[in-house]
Amino acid sequence: MPQLPGLLKGLGVTARTAARTLFPKRGMRTLIPAPQQGSVTVQYPHEKEAPPDRARGVIALHEENCTACMLCSRSCPDWCIYIEGHKVKAPPRRAGGKARTVNMVDRFDIDYALCMYCGICVDVCPFDALFWTPEYEYSEPNIADLLHDRIRLGEWMETVPEFQAYEQGSEQKVRAVPDFGPEDFAPARKLGADDAESDGARRLASAESDGARRLASGDGS
Amino acid sequence: MSPATVSDGARRFAPGAAALREQQAYVAGQAADARVNVELDTGDMTLNIGPQHPATHGTLRIACRLDGEQVIAAEPLMGYMHRGYEKLCEVRTYPQCTTLINRIDWLGSFANEVPFILAAEQLMGVEAPPRAQWIRTILFELSRIANVSLFLGDMGVQIGALTPVFFAFRDRERVLNQIEEVTGGRFHPNFDRIGGLKDDLPRGWIAETHAVMAKMRGFCDEMEDLLMGNEIFQTRCRGVGVIPKDVALSHGLSGANLRASGVDWDLRRDANPGLAWDQIDWRVWTHPDGDSFARYWVRMQETREATKIVDQLLDSIPSGPIMTKVPLIIKVPAGEAYVSTENPLGEMGYYVVSKGGLGPFRVKIRTPSFSNISIVPWVMRGTYVPDIITILGSLYFILGDIDR
Amino acid sequence: MSELTLTGALGLAYWAETSIKLGVALVVIPTAALMLGYLFLLKMMAFMQSRLGPQDVGPSGSLQLIADAIKFLQKEDIHPAAADRRVFRAAPVVVLASSFLLFVVLPTGPDAVVENLDTGVFYALAVSSLSVLGVLMAGWASASKYALLGGLRAAGQLIAYELPLILAVMGVVIQANSLNLQEIVRAQATGEIFGFGFVGNPFILTQFIGFLIFMISAQAELTQTPFDMPVAETELVGGFHVEYTGFRFLLFFMAEVATTFAFSALATVLFLGGWWIPGFDFDAPILNVLGPMVMLAKILLVAFVIFWIRFTYPRLREDQLQKFAWKVLIPLSLANIVVTGIFKVVL
Repeated sequence: MPQLPGLLKGLGVTARTAARTLFPKRGMRTLIPAPQQGSVTVQYPHEKEAPPDRARGVIALHEENCTACMLCSRSCPDWCIYIEGHKVKAPPRRAGGKARTVNMVDRFDIDYALCMYCGICVDVCPFDALFWTPEYEYSEPNIADLLHDRIRLGEWMETVPEFQAYEQGSEQKVRAVPDFGPEDFAPARKLGADDAESDGARRLASAESDGARRLASGDGS
Repeated sequence: MSPATVSDGARRFAPGAAALREQQAYVAGQAADARVNVELDTGDMTLNIGPQHPATHGTLRIACRLDGEQVIAAEPLMGYMHRGYEKLCEVRTYPQCTTLINRIDWLGSFANEVPFILAAEQLMGVEAPPRAQWIRTILFELSRIANVSLFLGDMGVQIGALTPVFFAFRDRERVLNQIEEVTGGRFHPNFDRIGGLKDDLPRGWIAETHAVMAKMRGFCDEMEDLLMGNEIFQTRCRGVGVIPKDVALSHGLSGANLRASGVDWDLRRDANPGLAWDQIDWRVWTHPDGDSFARYWVRMQETREATKIVDQLLDSIPSGPIMTKVPLIIKVPAGEAYVSTENPLGEMGYYVVSKGGLGPFRVKIRTPSFSNISIVPWVMRGTYVPDIITILGSLYFILGDIDR
Repeated sequence: MSELTLTGALGLAYWAETSIKLGVALVVIPTAALMLGYLFLLKMMAFMQSRLGPQDVGPSGSLQLIADAIKFLQKEDIHPAAADRRVFRAAPVVVLASSFLLFVVLPTGPDAVVENLDTGVFYALAVSSLSVLGVLMAGWASASKYALLGGLRAAGQLIAYELPLILAVMGVVIQANSLNLQEIVRAQATGEIFGFGFVGNPFILTQFIGFLIFMISAQAELTQTPFDMPVAETELVGGFHVEYTGFRFLLFFMAEVATTFAFSALATVLFLGGWWIPGFDFDAPILNVLGPMVMLAKILLVAFVIFWIRFTYPRLREDQLQKFAWKVLIPLSLANIVVTGIFKVVL
């Protein structure tokens, strides 16, 4: 079979691509130019790309679950997580029981200017307090603003997608994102630093639900 | 070179005996010209290609002594992007090391993690379950496709064709999307764990990946029409930067650069460290010429072969767990291990010394690009300035892989 | 001849006519550069690469180049410390002047021509090679090794493509019996192909080899891709204009695109029948309006091919271009002249 010269074939490839980009429609509407559909690029500020659910965009903090155990901070390869916490006395779980000590988070900052997006902190967290979300629009003109505090990290919780189902043959169990409505969240944002006491009390009420797990957090900061 | 290793496709592109003689005469003539010009002392100038130069895709510097446009001597100078990863690994735990190792060959990151994790597993005496090995191999080959498909376009831009690199970026994106859907990271997956994998595949991924592999084969065909079959491309690459078999071996070349010189050597087949390559049907491509065109051709074939490998592996994934039992805090017993795999760029190996702590005591990283560019002074002598770019492009290095 | 008509018909003084022509030229050339740049350099390249090209400035990004030009004008004018300042500054002007001068002789209608020289072909080819002088000046004066290599490559390339370019045009000149571009258009309009004279005789039919050689050499003259060794982004990082910034770089860029436009026009005039429309009387005044439009359509067609090749092909090496020019193009064009001459004498 005689072969076309490569020079002509190359021209054919570029011409074909141009035609496909300019006239992507089929059938009757072939001749209507629609490069917006034909091109593969996403015109970023005008249209947004949807990353997959597992995409490591930004880390969200579910503060109720955090016990300030420092595991994430210690496992971070570039040590960009800053945690401070204190212990508060909590009422006993059952009437007549012993009073408990519970760790409260005062400060939970992630410096996204340092973060390498490796995801180790999310993996090591034993209490389901950290989650990845695919959000990616949080660039800042000032580098210091990339330090997200616990309030900001908590806001990302709304964007955490549900965990995906697994492919056939997998033995992994699909985890669940903790139920978390915005109404639970609103009072926590309003609390100032000096409201730690009432803050603690409020959060203890919600902590009752998964108290068993929290008891395991004896090795606080 | 036994003819058995040359495929029909290779023979179609292989030059005849006359063309081979012409190539040899060309190289000899260039060398003679270079010598004569030195004796006549027509005056030479030093040209620094890099550290900031579009053809070095990174910060490699090549100091050339030129006579006119002919290269008398060329020396690669590196270290402009040295990040000290070997040292940094010493002050990190094993899980933390993989995040750094991701960033060595940043175009095929997952492939970097595998040999390190395998070395640590070897020291600990654990082995990942079969399903994890399968998924590892699939992701390994996907990162190979992502890495090499970019080369297939980038080689075009090195020698002046504008369009191929855009096609490469366009179609590589599909592979990166598949990697991202599993690992969550497009470039830095950090997905491999000692004893298995971080997570299992999401539902629907296998079918999608089959479709992407078909697209990538289409991309290879398109590249063949657009670039590899182009007569100008062949004129620029045939007979340029010829590396004979023995020279390639003596300079420690590996990967496609070595196979393009006719050495039938592939760690995936010859020293499989336990991944799923031996479970399926595939072949190693070699080319007898050793010139820039042969290196391009071998990489093109390997990309095609990798899509077939992925297809077969996807069809035969065993079910089961993806993680074996390992302690929560990983302590690796004292000892030494060296594991190397056939990465997209060549042989990448990790020599891990452990003293029983949380992190390695010493990590020596054997990166393919570092050895591959050691051939530069030899192969560039007597060539012209445009050939420098052709040769650099076809040797295909990643700066992070040279300097780490 | 035509200028006499224009002066006679409108009764304009010489200075008035000259200033009108100058004004038209000053509008036409930047517009031409913008149009080619937008249509082909931005949009067509983007479509060939599955992209959209610029979108934000103006409808579909059509004002992008103007925005770019404004950006270039705002930039600091930098000279390398070791540069030969005068030559460095003059070089882009020389290059741009060469492409401006090319437009002088290009006919776009029976009277719509700036200056109808009797030696039009000779003038156009001579003036177009001036740009190499500017490139060499830029390369030498920049005091940069990359720029020097680029400039020397341009000079070395000159002889390799200028010769086939001229020899390719020779065939047309022999067939048309004139060096005057207007007369060449007339010869194509009034010519006949085997007695069938409705569409005239565009020389692309009889001089197809000449057309191919002309297009290949023009590609080299314009430093477009298979022969863009003087620029060579990936080797010489831009070659002769690597040290230029701001509006001096803008001048180089404009000159490149404007010369592409001018050469497409030259190819149109020499091979594609120029501005003449079949069915019209050659001197019909209405052609002064329709002619430029026909010209524009043909120019865009030729420029499309030039840019299409540019976006598709890789670059040759300098010695390969020399080999190609001396072993293929020049013998071929000489043979073309001989054959044309024989036919001229015999028929």
